[in-house]
Amino acid sequence: MLLSTHPSSPASAKVRELLARHHHAPSALVQMLRELQAALGWLPPAALQELASGLGVTLAHVQGVTGFYRFFHTRPVGDYRILFSDNITDHMLGSRELMADLCQRLGVAPGQTRADGRVSVATASCTGHCDQGPALLINHHQVLTQLDSARVAEMARLVEAQVPVTDWPSAWFDTQDQVRRADVLLGPALAPGLALAAAVARGPEGMLQEITQANLRGRGGAGFATGLKWALCRKAPGTEHIVVCNADEGEPGTFKDRVLLRSHADAVFEGMAIAAWVMGARRGFVYLRGEYRYLLEGLQAVLARRRAQGLLGNNIVGHPGFDFDIEIHLGAGAYVCGEESALIESLEGKRGTPRIRPPFPVEHGYMGHPTAVNNVETFCAAQQIAQHGGAWWAGIGTTASTGTKIHSVSGDCERPGLYEYPFGTRIGRILEDCGARNTQAVQVGGPSGLCVSASEFGRRMGFEDVPTAGAFMVFDRSRDMFSVARNFAQFFAHESCGFCTPCRVGTALVVKRMDKLAAGRGSRHDLDVLNELDKLLHTTTHCGLGASACNPLRDTVAKFRPTFEQHLQSLHFEPAFDLDAELSIARAVTGRDDAAAHMEKPA
Amino acid sequence: MTQVPLPPPAATRDAPPCFVLDGQNVPFQPGETLIQAAHHAGHFIPHLCWSPEFAAHGSCRICTVKVNGRASAACTTLAAPGQTVENKTGELNAQRKTLLQMLFVEGNHFCPSCEKSGNCKLQATAYEVGMEGPHFEEFYPDRPVDASHPELLLDFNRCIVCELCVRASREVDHKNVFAIGGHGIGTHLLVNSPSGKLADTSMASGDHAAAVCPVGVILHKRQGFSVPIGERRYDAAPISETAQDDTP
Repeated sequence: MLLSTHPSSPASAKVRELLARHHHAPSALVQMLRELQAALGWLPPAALQELASGLGVTLAHVQGVTGFYRFFHTRPVGDYRILFSDNITDHMLGSRELMADLCQRLGVAPGQTRADGRVSVATASCTGHCDQGPALLINHHQVLTQLDSARVAEMARLVEAQVPVTDWPSAWFDTQDQVRRADVLLGPALAPGLALAAAVARGPEGMLQEITQANLRGRGGAGFATGLKWALCRKAPGTEHIVVCNADEGEPGTFKDRVLLRSHADAVFEGMAIAAWVMGARRGFVYLRGEYRYLLEGLQAVLARRRAQGLLGNNIVGHPGFDFDIEIHLGAGAYVCGEESALIESLEGKRGTPRIRPPFPVEHGYMGHPTAVNNVETFCAAQQIAQHGGAWWAGIGTTASTGTKIHSVSGDCERPGLYEYPFGTRIGRILEDCGARNTQAVQVGGPSGLCVSASEFGRRMGFEDVPTAGAFMVFDRSRDMFSVARNFAQFFAHESCGFCTPCRVGTALVVKRMDKLAAGRGSRHDLDVLNELDKLLHTTTHCGLGASACNPLRDTVAKFRPTFEQHLQSLHFEPAFDLDAELSIARAVTGRDDAAAHMEKPA
Repeated sequence: MTQVPLPPPAATRDAPPCFVLDGQNVPFQPGETLIQAAHHAGHFIPHLCWSPEFAAHGSCRICTVKVNGRASAACTTLAAPGQTVENKTGELNAQRKTLLQMLFVEGNHFCPSCEKSGNCKLQATAYEVGMEGPHFEEFYPDRPVDASHPELLLDFNRCIVCELCVRASREVDHKNVFAIGGHGIGTHLLVNSPSGKLADTSMASGDHAAAVCPVGVILHKRQGFSVPIGERRYDAAPISETAQDDTP
């Protein structure tokens, strides 16, 4: 049959090896697809069929999962798969020009695979290296930062010479932490096991009380009370409880979790073990975004060391019956998987579509077990609270927003990088510290966050004023805020899961309108339509992605209206297409090009 | 005017809890969603991806209502005592019209030539909320028809990814003929066979999946226009008056 593989083919052997290693578990499907693609370069139909048979699921299910994730390829995509980071800060640093340059040097069009199968060049939403961009991701594994024309020229030469990426100059892959201001989380690390021992000494309830007293709120953006989440999960009935670390740091402009995972992994894992102690969980998962694949070996090494140190596994810190271990799952390029229920679907090997809630994950999460999903930074904070106590943490920051917060600063400033401050810090203070000049606006919390204009720089970071998931993108007065909003609109359309009507179609319609404005064919009517779409998406979508998809648009139209109006051709109505240009085919066919064969131009 | 439906005699002492829908009391059983309770009580909340025989899906969002002032999908919101639910308001119907316009431009819909015209829930719902034109620019996606099956035709041009066929095939027919693929605006229906063609599946003409499509994607061959347009279900009465005939 057309799709069968020869049992002795490398693809078939790899599929059988994967099935055996993952115990034929459909929940491992996303992980198996990742590994299969890493081995074969793409996902051939025959291998998908064999995988489906081995898992006892339908081929269409496997194809459905494969087609959901941006990093999976069902067609050959080249021995070198190059994805330029497409965030606005990368654009500002010249990524698009560099991408065009590379495409020209390699003779390949963006999004296409070169005829000889050697190379493909495309974009990824954001690789999470905005402080050292322009960046790119190669073969869904290595990240190159600080690109410039010289590097691009040399890259093209290495690709043509078929030099393996592992033999490319190692300096290209040096990613920097760039910690500019450290407070408790980014400061000196605690000795592994110290905080965990303190948590065990307090007992699960005592530890939960400290977290509650600390008034710690989740660092992923929504700011839900961590103590309450852990308490709900702890008391939810179930045969087992699950702890999940959300390391799917996909919000463009955010890169704090990358640094925490690279240089503070002990704190992250220790925070997870503390959560497990409180909730009686035996299993934990780190859901690591696909773009951070290069961190995997380092994280596995830390996990192995912690097992050897008695900080994971059975009888942790010598406490009989305290058994907990952590598995790392890799994402495959889907921003929506940062939403906790979509993340859980993905952990279960499915399409990352957000679930209907209730039930909430704390009651019915991974495989139906009560599950607590927390941000990387939240677990680091939990470790600090275990060590120093809830009252100490509550004494930092403000009453409603306790503790410190790490900001990923990028864009127009002299010193991009990580800045950790107590909550309540003025936006202006951060701008001063990072060396920002002539600042026009700051996008706080990424595209789904808030656009703050110069008159608001006295506002303070915190849930009571300007909430944030961590991104802090700076735009000076030379920047066109319309382009910023358009980039964000494209981001949301690209990342919509496609499940619900308003988000699936609405985000695409927003992009169409923004493209029309960018082409200089906009009118006042288009702004009205955008406003209408904003209202609809905000109230009717299935999840937060669609609900916040128009936030940057709304903010920039409200705060930078003149920049939008520059893109309007008329204050009334303007069609999206050029009527005269549409007639060009008819003119070519009829061989006419006289004045009467053209639309009349308005006077 | 407020009408309070009489509870069954046995329940006189423990009257079922109620919520208020457009000023009328609607009784519900614990665990029921707003749309289930409304449907049982004979009230119509416009919907496309919801069907009384399947669990809530929550994808089309046509059933979005206001619960105590907050927008919420009626198919995924559990009924609770004391809820004030707005359904038939100008604002909500305008919103529904926009959602329908989105569905119309996303695919390739041309009602006058569609075999499903008059029996189509998308068309009937559009009439119900007063949609008179597409409003948005068309996407004109390229969605080839699958005519491989001897008895059934798949015209993907009209698919609104409501997943009713996916659910019917999985839960009623136990065949898993369909799945959903892609993402974003490229989300689409997949047919489960190595060729991707319906002919190579176990799908049969009498399957529930073949009957459940609310639009004209899954059509029985050689039955076209056996009932003339003008005499079909929603030609006779608007969908708001016929929805009660939907089982169970």
